[in-house]
Amino acid sequence: MAGGRAYLDHAATTPMRPEAVEAMLPYLADDFANPSGSHAESRRARAAVEDARDQVAEWLGAGPGEVVFTSGGTEADNLAVSGAWEAMVATRSTPPTVLVCSAMEHHAVLNTCRALARRTGAELREVRPGKDGIIDLDALAEACTPEVGMVSVMAVNNEIGTVQPIDSVASVVRQRSPSALLHTDAVQAVPWLDLRGLTARADLVAVSAHKFGGPKGVGALVVRNGVEVRALIHGGGHERERRSGTYNVAGIVAMATALAVTVSERQRTVDRVTPMRDRLGDRLLDAVARTRETGDRADRTAGHLHLRFAGVESEALVVLLDEAGVAVSAGAACSSGAVEASHVLESMGFDREEAGSGIRFSLGTTTTEADIDLALAVVPGAVAQLRD
Amino acid sequence: MRVLVAMSGGVDSSVAAALVAADHGRDQVVGATLKLWGGASDSGCCSVADVEDARRVADQLGMVHHVFNFADEFEERVVGPFVRGHAEGRTPNPCIECNRHLKFDRLLERARTLGFDAVATGHHARRVTTADGRFRLCRGADPLKDQSYVVAMLGQGHLARTIFPVGEMTKCQVRDEALRLGLRTATKPDSQDVCFIRSDQGREGFLAERLDLHPGRLVDHETGQDLGAVGAVELVTVGQRRGMGHGTDGRRRFVTGVDIASRRVSLGSPEAAHAGEVRLHTVCWVDGMPAGLCDPDSGGVATSLPVMAQCSAHGRPVAGTVTRVGEELSIAFGVPQRRVAPGQTVALYDFDDPDAVIGSGIAA
Repeated sequence: MAGGRAYLDHAATTPMRPEAVEAMLPYLADDFANPSGSHAESRRARAAVEDARDQVAEWLGAGPGEVVFTSGGTEADNLAVSGAWEAMVATRSTPPTVLVCSAMEHHAVLNTCRALARRTGAELREVRPGKDGIIDLDALAEACTPEVGMVSVMAVNNEIGTVQPIDSVASVVRQRSPSALLHTDAVQAVPWLDLRGLTARADLVAVSAHKFGGPKGVGALVVRNGVEVRALIHGGGHERERRSGTYNVAGIVAMATALAVTVSERQRTVDRVTPMRDRLGDRLLDAVARTRETGDRADRTAGHLHLRFAGVESEALVVLLDEAGVAVSAGAACSSGAVEASHVLESMGFDREEAGSGIRFSLGTTTTEADIDLALAVVPGAVAQLRD
Repeated sequence: MRVLVAMSGGVDSSVAAALVAADHGRDQVVGATLKLWGGASDSGCCSVADVEDARRVADQLGMVHHVFNFADEFEERVVGPFVRGHAEGRTPNPCIECNRHLKFDRLLERARTLGFDAVATGHHARRVTTADGRFRLCRGADPLKDQSYVVAMLGQGHLARTIFPVGEMTKCQVRDEALRLGLRTATKPDSQDVCFIRSDQGREGFLAERLDLHPGRLVDHETGQDLGAVGAVELVTVGQRRGMGHGTDGRRRFVTGVDIASRRVSLGSPEAAHAGEVRLHTVCWVDGMPAGLCDPDSGGVATSLPVMAQCSAHGRPVAGTVTRVGEELSIAFGVPQRRVAPGQTVALYDFDDPDAVIGSGIAA
């Protein structure tokens, strides 16, 4: 990367694909109209939104009517969990009383489930993963009783990159909680995995454009046919009464373009990034004493590497690496900008100190061997300085 | 020299950052805001508004800014002991414990490992370097805003790596400088209270959420006569006057002692509320133990030392004489003083140079 810096934080956000930037520009300029109008200008904008919907639906393995555009992954997760729950409560003769999620969910899901439980009096069962960062299917089965109405398990964990066995999760849910809906937060999966298999097994799937080369502020929720969600955002009744608000035309068009490019290049990206990730991980494990890798690399996306440096506070390491030109993350960022203790690592059974020693290196389409070289050049020294 | 500036989001630390950046170059200076409290506060959850102010001031000054999450240590070292202290009849000063354990321990250490030579804070105190390279800790130039009391636990090791850029300025000068630089915090009101206690809730509301409170009896401290009931003995502080009523002579009564175990609060007259002596533990010296107090076992002769003692953040310093009692100190006041609540800090100043802190301790 230019400027002597290595951006290894693609799981936080990705640079936009040039094709996506290009695709959105007309809708910021000449084709500015509101798609909901009745004139020629509006019809052009409307067509752009619906073309984008067709593309997004195709690449996610859904029908166009199953795609709801949102302001991003967080809103998609909120709509999935709360919107579907509200619909179930309103329409079912036996309303659900229990919701289940993995304890390693992104806060967009975890805090939505917790808020829903608080608000409605429903019981929330948080299922812990094993130390490998994979959901414990036996524990999930135990949590999945008949009165469960919603199960939410992410496709890929955002901190450590472990790929969750959604096929097996779906089997457990269908068998033990037949009336439950299965939501999967697939925000981290898009760059690395074909989502069509996920969509086939889940009822609700959330994605966010900026994680795969699209712009920030736009995402989508796949709502499978037959599944009802009640709007959280009321207004003009857009998106078939599921999400109101004037369309973010440029964002939606750019998301579709970014998704198309991502899907068409996905295998090439995986093939290119995997050896870079492995080189970074293997060399650091070799060069830096008392370093452990979190989770099994075999169950991981190509872009994620999560290392724990014993005796090091990741918050300080992030600062030193930033000064040395390497952009990485530790834990999840709080709204104040502070690093929060990782609930993901704590849910996996690591103690607070160990959970606070973890660094996420996340690679992406723009990562180069030079980025890896820079990281390899500075990480050992930075760790040594902090252990001094 | 690389300097880490502790930026609270207030005007003093904003100007401190600006002064350090001007002195050392903005590329040598990094701002850091500590996230100490995870719960609700007057400036919002996690004090987000204050963090935002600090970050924007750093942006304006062209400095890098980080947020350090020390919430676990804050809970362990400051909030927990504050709550436990009240449960045990003491009244700790959380701001002093935060300075002792967070700002001048955890942050200094973090700064060292990150390769900084010094930490700057916005405290109104002065560090004066003597001809022989020692550091003296002196009152801030603004007598109304002096904060030497809350940093009186610092020693040479701390002071060697600490800068107080606004210590030479009055509060007015600080605000003028902030206005001159166009800093967004220029007119921000001073923080008044303990950061983790909301003003709508108060100390009592905060403690009530975290402590089992027990009703108790008020008794005369001399006769033991029962004088009535008190709602929660844990919320009563030695020296307190509010809510304690009047004696038979019509004069106000003061709390002279709190015994949590027997749930008794002793009350006395204004005279009884005064004491001629206070015992201090957790003794810290700015530049080692003064020669006059050196240990007789190591060859010296234990003597007493005249000092000026300040018993609260804005208290008036009073003359006293310090003697050693084992690891502790005893201060005999020239004139009896309002009893110092156990847990409160007493700062000691040089008798001949009452601007200079020589040490501190916590009232037993």
